[in-house]
Amino acid sequence: MVNSISQNEALQAYHDMLLIRRFEERAAQLYGMGLIAGFCHLYIGQEAVVVGIQSVLKPQDTIITAYRDHGHMLACGMDPRGVMAELTGRVGGYSKGKGGSMHMFSREKNFFGGHGIVGAQIPIGTGLAFAHKYKEDGGICVASMGDGAANQGQVYESYNMASLWKLPVVYVIENNRYGMGTSIERSSAGDTYYERGKGWKIPGEKVDGMNYANVKEAALRATTHARSGKGPYILEMDTYRYRGHSMSDPAKYRSKEEVEHIKEQRDPIDHFRTYLTSELKIKENEIKEIEEKIKAVVLDAVEFSKTSPEPDPSELYTDVLKEEIAVS
Amino acid sequence: MTNPEFTSMTVREALRDGMAEEMSLDDTVFVIGEEVAEYNGAYKVSQGLLDMFGPKRVVDTPITEHAIAGLGVGAAFGGLRPIVEFMTFNFSMQAIDQIINSAAKTLYMSGGQMGCPIVFRGPNGAASRVGAQHSHCFASWYAHCPGLKVVSPYSAGDAKALLKSAIRDSNPVIFLENELLYGHSFDDVSQDPGYVLPIGKALIRRAGKDVTLTAFSIMVDKALKAAEILAEQGIDAEVIDLRTLRPLDTETIVKSVMKTNRLVSIEESWPFAGIGSEMAALMMEEAFDYLDAPVVRVTGVDVPMPYAANLEHLALPQVEAIVEAGKKVCYRS
Repeated sequence: MVNSISQNEALQAYHDMLLIRRFEERAAQLYGMGLIAGFCHLYIGQEAVVVGIQSVLKPQDTIITAYRDHGHMLACGMDPRGVMAELTGRVGGYSKGKGGSMHMFSREKNFFGGHGIVGAQIPIGTGLAFAHKYKEDGGICVASMGDGAANQGQVYESYNMASLWKLPVVYVIENNRYGMGTSIERSSAGDTYYERGKGWKIPGEKVDGMNYANVKEAALRATTHARSGKGPYILEMDTYRYRGHSMSDPAKYRSKEEVEHIKEQRDPIDHFRTYLTSELKIKENEIKEIEEKIKAVVLDAVEFSKTSPEPDPSELYTDVLKEEIAVS
Repeated sequence: MTNPEFTSMTVREALRDGMAEEMSLDDTVFVIGEEVAEYNGAYKVSQGLLDMFGPKRVVDTPITEHAIAGLGVGAAFGGLRPIVEFMTFNFSMQAIDQIINSAAKTLYMSGGQMGCPIVFRGPNGAASRVGAQHSHCFASWYAHCPGLKVVSPYSAGDAKALLKSAIRDSNPVIFLENELLYGHSFDDVSQDPGYVLPIGKALIRRAGKDVTLTAFSIMVDKALKAAEILAEQGIDAEVIDLRTLRPLDTETIVKSVMKTNRLVSIEESWPFAGIGSEMAALMMEEAFDYLDAPVVRVTGVDVPMPYAANLEHLALPQVEAIVEAGKKVCYRS
């Protein structure tokens, strides 16, 4: 661990990572109870990636990802109540219950989804970066994808244009080793995803995505590069998801030992907790306080998501088209 | 008929002027696509725009339609108003996921938060002797999808005024042009930068009482020619230029059929699940009691477009077929 992390920052990072984990553990329970349906892709295990990146972003920056998106939403400050209520399909959800797990957005937090088509978020994120440059607002876009999406053609079409036009975008490949049930060994002829921008002159690096400090350091290099007008940057995060691809996936394509080994050796939250107490000398009761607070926030979100009503039937027909027209 | 407020120009020039006016009025409007800038457009529709607005706002791209469309959607989410040119709509099939899944659905999926003010435009349908992969009409494909507006003008004046409306619209608009019409001149073009036409309104181009002919884009030309021939044979046809396919101006169509009691739907594309099928359904649902004859569809033949000149001619709807259909619904064949 680097020494540049203050106690306050460390506590915040611990809070943010643990919030994601506890939130999703509860979401899994609600799924089991039938309160959440359809697709629900959990981020558990990968928390350090999104929290580390978020720590270096500025308010004008934009964020976009695919369907394993609850972590990104909580990390950028979206309300756990609104996220959980969207999972239960209630009107209090971020999309009024019309989007679900994979389709949530927040204009306020510059979170642009939440996309269900593997890889489609990458050209869109490149377009958000195009808008940053066009408007000269100083912002950058962080566009995340999994190792599965990294084989989609449109990713490389995007790399090309982003580098050609020096767009302020950081591509984050969250390599959790499996695209659904297919391991990277079986899906990718070359597994050095961070090097795949070379042909387009895009620098990249591989990062220990299970380590908050390492992620933050790399994210700072990448975002500084993009922000300074030098164009895109690729970060490959070496990470791991503990749960199946989605709730219906028993994950039989890997051994229990493999999962347990990673949890034991590399868990981003457990190891960070140890770092807080042993290196930063943060007192146990301070950490416990955070843990209790998170528990309460998550329970509150669960309660809200159960009591928020279903959308009114009239909502079926709203939000198909916007009414207003720009007046020139 | 000459009107001092309207001048004559080609569809190509009218489209260019429409874009230039909107770009002058709104800094967030930009044009992006293959060969739109330095080459001045594969079909010269963007002629002169690079000189007027510079490379920041007239952007040449690599040949990567899928990501161009996605980049446009992202730029629209980010507060800009992109005009994405497809060199032809045939290539939009590479990009159709971004158009439907990202542009059309995100407003709904976000509970109304997002919105995607973007125009996808370019020539659609058959041109001349370019074979099956370059002659595809996408009207019914895009018209099928909620969250999109689909416009397909005929005249230069409509092309300009509707393109301006499309650019100002807060929704994704599919703007289907026609290569063969680009060089046609019409004297209906307004020079007033404030002049626009509403999306969703059809135009009765020829009033008549015996049969209603509906058409859009270049098929309006054929329908008007057929109407002249029908007139010589004592059949007074009303020709409706649909102009917008989604939302369809059902009121104008139904009103016309209430008068003529007969409908012939004309389109260049294939018959199955086409715009004509929708017309037939519309008549069943909203004008059944007024019909004196079954609806007849004049469409392209249900085959990929052949290259040979004679076969291509046979594959496309011709004036004679429209005349025959008009006579058939009037029981005059």
